[in-house]
Amino acid sequence: MLSDPSRIAAAIARAKAQGRGAIVPFVVLGDPDLDTSDGLLRAMVEGGADALELGLAFSDPPADGPVIQAAATRALRAGVRVDDAFALLRRHAERSAVPVSLLVYWNLVLQRGVERFYGECAAAGVDAVLVADLPLEEATAALEAARRHGVAAVLLVTPLTSESRLRAVAAAGSGYLYVAARVGVTGERSGVEAGLAHEIARIRAVSTLPLLCGFGIAGPTEVRAVAEAGADGAIVGSAVARRIEAHLGDPAAMINAVRSFVGELRAASGRPAQGTPSRGGPQC
Amino acid sequence: MQQHGRFGDFGGFYVSELLIPALEALEAAALEALADPAYRAELADLLTHWAGRPTPLWQARRLSAELGCKVLLKREDLLHGGAHKTNHTLGQALLAKRMGKTRLIAETGAGQHGVATAMAGALFGLPTTVFMGEKDVERQQPNVRRMQLFGAEVVPVRSGSRSLKDAINDALRAWTEQVRDAFYVFGTVAGPHPYPTLVRALQKVIGEEIAEQSQEQEGRLPDAVYACVGGGSNAIGAFAAFLERPEVQLFGVEPAGHGLDSGAHGAAIARGRPGVLHGAHSMVLQDPDGQILEAHSISAGLDYPGVGPEHAYLALTGRVQYLSATDDEALAAFTWLCRREGILPALESSHALAALAAGQRAPGGPRHGPDALVVVNLSGRGDKDLEHAWRELAARGWRPGREI
Repeated sequence: MLSDPSRIAAAIARAKAQGRGAIVPFVVLGDPDLDTSDGLLRAMVEGGADALELGLAFSDPPADGPVIQAAATRALRAGVRVDDAFALLRRHAERSAVPVSLLVYWNLVLQRGVERFYGECAAAGVDAVLVADLPLEEATAALEAARRHGVAAVLLVTPLTSESRLRAVAAAGSGYLYVAARVGVTGERSGVEAGLAHEIARIRAVSTLPLLCGFGIAGPTEVRAVAEAGADGAIVGSAVARRIEAHLGDPAAMINAVRSFVGELRAASGRPAQGTPSRGGPQC
Repeated sequence: MQQHGRFGDFGGFYVSELLIPALEALEAAALEALADPAYRAELADLLTHWAGRPTPLWQARRLSAELGCKVLLKREDLLHGGAHKTNHTLGQALLAKRMGKTRLIAETGAGQHGVATAMAGALFGLPTTVFMGEKDVERQQPNVRRMQLFGAEVVPVRSGSRSLKDAINDALRAWTEQVRDAFYVFGTVAGPHPYPTLVRALQKVIGEEIAEQSQEQEGRLPDAVYACVGGGSNAIGAFAAFLERPEVQLFGVEPAGHGLDSGAHGAAIARGRPGVLHGAHSMVLQDPDGQILEAHSISAGLDYPGVGPEHAYLALTGRVQYLSATDDEALAAFTWLCRREGILPALESSHALAALAAGQRAPGGPRHGPDALVVVNLSGRGDKDLEHAWRELAARGWRPGREI
């Protein structure tokens, strides 16, 4: 398998070289409004994020739990359009080299036009796109457009994904694989589902892509558990959104809270010295 | 997946990877069960002895006289539970049993699908959770109480428009969380494959009975069939037997709410664009970005911004003609059927009757001539709508004893 040239994979490899898992915080673009959202992107970078996962607000996000749905609703109520989200992405790319993965629902891509959407992603410095409601069978157009525009196409694997399907997903995906740390929708849970280490090993056996874990990563404890299970990093969404929610009406406090939370996650991301180093990581 | 679940370009399964194993297992179980004489016999027995099939095809004499064509009412309102939904909840609950699932999840709009799922849950001893928009909980209280009597847990959904689309979002989430043990009993011919195909297979008994009863009573097939369309389960059920019989005209009736140009309606085919909602590519009411718009209809069961993918396809090919009826027209048809035939229809079904009436009273002359045999699928009864309809009628200045 070819080594992946994406900046995301490189960022994950850099974290690994420092003996830690990558920290990838997630926010919905435009939550709670455009200006504050821009401040939150800066804060996550300042807090030490290795990459950012950023969501386009969608009105009907069934793969997300109530906290992320509330974040999307805030952005939409603030009048945030897809154009505004792309503008935020461009501003981030102009000032920061921290790579960005974009999380979207397929209807937003479809309405903009698949070709145009991926072209705009590339122009806005987006490194990877994950479509939450696009399984491999429906993903042909997305995979082709992503390849044409040099954007990584991130796919999701779960503890329920069969062996044969896992191989197909691993072969089609690029950038990294998004590993659902548990069965369910996005949201915080205390602890990480037992068997994650086994799950990581199962995926490593068929893929050399970096593995980022999401779903239910509530804070430093889970970040540490994910690193100990052998993943290359953690994606933390609902826990960040809850800090936004807790400081609505006070943007400065919100931005500080998110910055220091990302810092805590980063501090917890070191692997234990005797931890099991993962096999076959990115060769960038 | 063994099939793609496509109707032309519509359909498919746009869901999180997390749900794929569950949809694969459901598809495999459904294909196997529908081909198994034992499953079909058990379902037929339940439909006959528990649910009361076949439902009558009633020749509505006073309606016929007023509308100038022979009107036959397919009485799904007489099915146990009070609507056609029982056809597909029995079939799906039986599948759940077969698959070894231990609980049922469902969404509901008007509450009819929730009631029918709760009844099936009680019958099969499966704990049942029904997600229902908070707005619908308010306007369909009798059905909430019925679900609770049958032992189901009713979860009010407070997100988004607090109606059917949000109930589906929450039911999908709950299913994703409990996918190992729970069976999602889907309430219409929308959603990801295999639901549109499965629900159609369980509802097509309506049209098969119409064909048989029409032959028996009138010596021929009907000339036209009308059915209301929200997600479109009763309509697909009524149409399926006639899709290959081009001499039978088919009319789907969408909710026009305050009017098709008011922005407050649920007419996804008339005013929507192709898009993806709840796992299927179909016609969807949406803004230019692709954000899903809130629908409006006086009837909770039609208050949905999408429509089943097969309907989108049938509209595109022209096999089915899609009309619409406003809130006012539906209310008028609701009271009219009460007074002319002694039948209290659901507000949903009243839309189908309203569209037929509008076509017969059109200034350019009636759509159907005096010899035409026209079936209206009366998908459900209106007891659940009493309080809501009473308020809506009062707001329009209606008093008991008056026509509207």
